[in-house]
Amino acid sequence: MNFDKELDARGLNCPLPILRTKKSLGELESGQILKVSSTDPGSVKDMQAFAKQTGNELLSTAENGDEFIFLMRKH
Amino acid sequence: METKKMALIATKGTLDWAYPPFILASTAAALGYEVQIFFTFYGLQLLKKDLSDLKVSPLGNPGMPMKMPFGPKWFKGLNWNIPNAVQSLVPGYESIATGLMKQTIKNCGVATIPDLRDLCMEAEVKMIACQMTVELFGFDHSEFIGDIEYGGAATFFEFAGETDICLFI
Repeated sequence: MNFDKELDARGLNCPLPILRTKKSLGELESGQILKVSSTDPGSVKDMQAFAKQTGNELLSTAENGDEFIFLMRKH
Repeated sequence: METKKMALIATKGTLDWAYPPFILASTAAALGYEVQIFFTFYGLQLLKKDLSDLKVSPLGNPGMPMKMPFGPKWFKGLNWNIPNAVQSLVPGYESIATGLMKQTIKNCGVATIPDLRDLCMEAEVKMIACQMTVELFGFDHSEFIGDIEYGGAATFFEFAGETDICLFI
Protein backbone atom coordinates (compact mmCIF):
# COMPACT_ATOMS: atom_id res chain seq x y z
CA MET A 1 0.00 0.00 0.00
CA ASN A 2 1.16 3.52 -0.74
CA PHE A 3 2.02 5.97 2.00
CA ASP A 4 2.99 9.65 2.12
CA LYS A 5 5.47 9.63 4.98
CA GLU A 6 7.51 7.04 6.83
CA LEU A 7 8.45 7.01 10.52
CA ASP A 8 11.17 4.73 11.84
CA ALA A 9 10.40 4.19 15.54
CA ARG A 10 12.41 0.97 15.78
CA GLY A 11 14.41 0.59 18.99
CA LEU A 12 12.27 3.17 20.80
CA ASN A 13 10.20 2.31 23.83
CA CYS A 14 6.96 3.64 25.33
CA PRO A 15 5.83 6.39 24.99
CA LEU A 16 8.22 7.49 22.21
CA PRO A 17 6.62 5.61 19.26
CA ILE A 18 3.29 7.32 20.03
CA LEU A 19 4.84 10.76 20.55
CA ARG A 20 6.79 10.49 17.27
CA THR A 21 3.66 9.27 15.48
CA LYS A 22 1.73 12.28 16.72
CA LYS A 23 4.52 14.60 15.55
CA SER A 24 4.77 12.96 12.12
CA LEU A 25 1.00 13.14 11.61
CA GLY A 26 1.27 16.86 12.30
CA GLU A 27 3.42 17.19 9.18
CA LEU A 28 0.78 15.54 6.98
CA GLU A 29 -2.42 16.82 5.39
CA SER A 30 -5.79 15.32 6.28
CA GLY A 31 -6.29 12.02 4.40
CA GLN A 32 -2.59 11.34 3.88
CA ILE A 33 -1.07 8.09 5.13
CA LEU A 34 1.78 7.56 7.60
CA LYS A 35 3.76 4.34 7.77
CA VAL A 36 5.28 3.58 11.18
CA SER A 37 7.73 0.80 11.94
CA SER A 38 8.35 -0.16 15.55
CA THR A 39 9.97 -2.91 17.63
CA ASP A 40 8.08 -2.16 20.86
CA PRO A 41 5.50 -4.95 21.35
CA GLY A 42 3.46 -2.55 23.53
CA SER A 43 3.01 -0.24 20.53
CA VAL A 44 0.48 -2.64 18.94
CA LYS A 45 -2.13 -1.95 21.60
CA ASP A 46 -0.99 1.67 22.01
CA MET A 47 -1.40 2.53 18.32
CA GLN A 48 -4.96 1.20 18.40
CA ALA A 49 -5.70 3.27 21.51
CA PHE A 50 -4.05 6.34 19.99
CA ALA A 51 -6.11 6.02 16.80
CA LYS A 52 -9.33 5.52 18.72
CA GLN A 53 -8.79 8.58 20.89
CA THR A 54 -7.49 10.97 18.24
CA GLY A 55 -9.81 10.07 15.37
CA ASN A 56 -6.94 9.04 13.07
CA GLU A 57 -7.65 5.80 11.25
CA LEU A 58 -5.39 2.79 11.81
CA LEU A 59 -5.60 1.11 8.41
CA SER A 60 -3.44 -1.91 9.15
CA THR A 61 -1.09 -3.56 11.61
CA ALA A 62 1.40 -6.12 10.34
CA GLU A 63 4.09 -8.17 12.05
CA ASN A 64 7.34 -8.87 10.30
CA GLY A 65 9.71 -10.82 12.55
CA ASP A 66 10.51 -8.53 15.48
CA GLU A 67 9.00 -5.54 13.70
CA PHE A 68 5.54 -4.08 13.63
CA ILE A 69 4.34 -2.02 10.68
CA PHE A 70 1.41 0.35 11.03
CA LEU A 71 -0.41 2.38 8.41
CA MET A 72 -2.39 5.31 9.71
CA ARG A 73 -4.54 7.78 7.82
CA LYS A 74 -4.59 11.29 9.19
CA HIS A 75 -7.98 12.54 10.38
CA MET B 1 -15.74 17.67 21.11
CA GLU B 2 -14.63 19.42 24.28
CA THR B 3 -10.93 19.14 25.07
CA LYS B 4 -10.19 16.59 27.77
CA LYS B 5 -8.05 17.69 30.70
CA MET B 6 -5.60 15.99 33.04
CA ALA B 7 -3.93 17.28 36.18
CA LEU B 8 -0.99 15.58 37.90
CA ILE B 9 0.68 16.22 41.23
CA ALA B 10 4.34 15.19 41.08
CA THR B 11 5.83 14.67 44.54
CA LYS B 12 8.85 12.41 43.99
CA GLY B 13 12.36 13.56 43.14
CA THR B 14 14.18 10.40 42.08
CA LEU B 15 15.21 9.20 38.63
CA ASP B 16 12.74 6.28 38.62
CA TRP B 17 9.78 8.31 39.86
CA ALA B 18 10.50 11.10 37.40
CA TYR B 19 9.13 8.84 34.66
CA PRO B 20 5.41 8.46 35.49
CA PRO B 21 4.48 12.17 35.45
CA PHE B 22 6.44 12.97 32.27
CA ILE B 23 5.31 9.82 30.41
CA LEU B 24 1.66 10.37 31.29
CA ALA B 25 1.79 14.09 30.57
CA SER B 26 3.50 13.76 27.17
CA THR B 27 1.21 10.92 26.11
CA ALA B 28 -1.94 12.70 27.25
CA ALA B 29 -0.83 15.79 25.32
CA ALA B 30 -0.32 13.60 22.22
CA LEU B 31 -3.86 12.32 22.66
CA GLY B 32 -5.17 15.88 22.68
CA TYR B 33 -5.49 16.48 26.42
CA GLU B 34 -4.78 19.81 28.02
CA VAL B 35 -2.31 18.95 30.80
CA GLN B 36 -1.01 20.60 33.94
CA ILE B 37 1.53 19.23 36.41
CA PHE B 38 1.85 20.64 39.89
CA PHE B 39 5.33 19.93 41.29
CA THR B 40 5.55 19.92 45.05
CA PHE B 41 8.00 18.79 47.71
CA TYR B 42 10.63 16.45 46.19
CA GLY B 43 8.89 16.71 42.83
CA LEU B 44 10.47 20.16 42.49
CA GLN B 45 13.73 18.40 41.60
CA LEU B 46 12.14 17.56 38.24
CA LEU B 47 11.98 21.26 37.35
CA LYS B 48 15.68 21.96 37.99
CA LYS B 49 17.67 23.24 35.02
CA ASP B 50 20.21 20.49 35.67
CA LEU B 51 18.58 17.08 35.91
CA SER B 52 21.84 15.15 36.12
CA ASP B 53 21.57 14.99 39.91
CA LEU B 54 18.48 12.74 39.78
CA LYS B 55 19.33 9.40 41.35
CA VAL B 56 17.69 6.07 42.01
CA SER B 57 18.21 4.28 45.30
CA PRO B 58 17.98 0.48 45.60
CA LEU B 59 18.34 0.88 49.40
CA GLY B 60 15.16 -0.26 51.12
CA ASN B 61 13.54 -0.86 47.74
CA PRO B 62 12.93 -4.65 47.54
CA GLY B 63 10.90 -4.22 44.33
CA MET B 64 13.89 -3.02 42.34
CA PRO B 65 15.70 -5.71 40.34
CA MET B 66 19.49 -5.25 40.43
CA LYS B 67 20.67 -6.47 37.04
CA MET B 68 23.72 -5.59 35.00
CA PRO B 69 23.17 -3.71 31.73
CA PHE B 70 26.17 -5.37 30.02
CA GLY B 71 27.75 -8.75 29.44
CA PRO B 72 26.39 -12.01 28.04
CA LYS B 73 22.71 -12.84 28.38
CA TRP B 74 23.10 -15.22 31.35
CA PHE B 75 25.02 -12.51 33.23
CA LYS B 76 22.45 -9.79 32.46
CA GLY B 77 19.74 -12.09 33.81
CA LEU B 78 21.33 -12.41 37.25
CA ASN B 79 19.61 -10.55 40.06
CA TRP B 80 22.19 -9.19 42.50
CA ASN B 81 20.52 -9.46 45.85
CA ILE B 82 22.62 -7.10 47.96
CA PRO B 83 21.60 -6.72 51.62
CA ASN B 84 20.51 -3.25 52.78
CA ALA B 85 23.21 -3.24 55.43
CA VAL B 86 25.90 -3.62 52.75
CA GLN B 87 24.28 -1.04 50.44
CA SER B 88 24.24 1.53 53.21
CA LEU B 89 27.94 1.08 53.96
CA VAL B 90 29.38 1.21 50.45
CA PRO B 91 30.27 4.82 49.57
CA GLY B 92 28.82 5.88 46.21
CA TYR B 93 26.50 2.87 46.01
CA GLU B 94 23.59 5.08 44.91
CA SER B 95 25.69 6.71 42.18
CA ILE B 96 26.78 3.32 40.86
CA ALA B 97 23.18 2.03 40.84
CA THR B 98 22.08 5.23 39.06
CA GLY B 99 24.79 4.81 36.42
CA LEU B 100 23.71 1.22 35.78
CA MET B 101 20.06 2.28 35.60
CA LYS B 102 20.88 5.00 33.06
CA GLN B 103 22.72 2.44 30.93
CA THR B 104 19.72 0.08 31.10
CA ILE B 105 17.41 2.94 30.11
CA LYS B 106 19.63 3.60 27.09
CA ASN B 107 19.82 -0.09 26.15
CA CYS B 108 16.03 -0.41 26.21
CA GLY B 109 15.36 2.64 24.03
CA VAL B 110 13.57 4.38 26.89
CA ALA B 111 13.65 8.18 26.69
CA THR B 112 15.81 10.16 29.12
CA ILE B 113 14.10 12.44 31.63
CA PRO B 114 15.46 15.65 30.04
CA ASP B 115 14.11 14.44 26.65
CA LEU B 116 10.68 13.61 28.09
CA ARG B 117 10.48 16.96 29.87
CA ASP B 118 11.38 18.75 26.63
CA LEU B 119 8.65 16.79 24.82
CA CYS B 120 6.17 17.89 27.48
CA MET B 121 7.29 21.50 27.06
CA GLU B 122 6.92 21.27 23.28
CA ALA B 123 3.43 19.84 23.74
CA GLU B 124 2.56 22.84 25.93
CA VAL B 125 2.13 20.91 29.15
CA LYS B 126 1.75 23.59 31.82
CA MET B 127 4.14 23.16 34.74
CA ILE B 128 3.54 24.77 38.10
CA ALA B 129 6.05 24.79 40.95
CA CYS B 130 4.81 24.90 44.51
CA GLN B 131 6.02 28.26 45.83
CA MET B 132 5.69 27.12 49.45
CA THR B 133 8.11 24.23 48.87
CA VAL B 134 10.54 26.48 46.99
CA GLU B 135 10.82 28.55 50.17
CA LEU B 136 10.71 25.57 52.53
CA PHE B 137 13.66 23.90 50.78
CA GLY B 138 15.54 27.17 50.32
CA PHE B 139 15.55 26.98 46.52
CA ASP B 140 15.90 29.98 44.24
CA HIS B 141 13.83 30.55 41.10
CA SER B 142 17.07 30.77 39.14
CA GLU B 143 17.67 27.04 39.76
CA PHE B 144 14.55 26.13 37.79
CA ILE B 145 13.80 26.15 34.08
CA GLY B 146 11.93 29.15 32.67
CA ASP B 147 8.43 28.74 31.21
CA ILE B 148 7.02 27.52 34.51
CA GLU B 149 4.66 29.21 36.92
CA TYR B 150 4.77 29.43 40.69
CA GLY B 151 1.65 28.95 42.75
CA GLY B 152 -0.05 27.20 45.63
CA ALA B 153 -2.82 24.71 46.30
CA ALA B 154 -5.54 27.10 45.16
CA THR B 155 -3.77 27.50 41.80
CA PHE B 156 -3.79 23.72 41.40
CA PHE B 157 -7.50 23.40 42.16
CA GLU B 158 -8.40 26.11 39.66
CA PHE B 159 -7.49 23.67 36.87
CA ALA B 160 -7.85 20.32 38.69
CA GLY B 161 -11.51 20.98 39.46
CA GLU B 162 -12.32 20.89 35.75
CA THR B 163 -10.30 17.82 34.78
CA ASP B 164 -11.30 14.37 33.56
CA ILE B 165 -8.24 12.74 35.11
CA CYS B 166 -6.43 13.82 38.25
CA LEU B 167 -3.52 11.82 39.68
CA PHE B 168 -1.18 12.10 42.65
CA ILE B 169 2.24 10.66 41.88
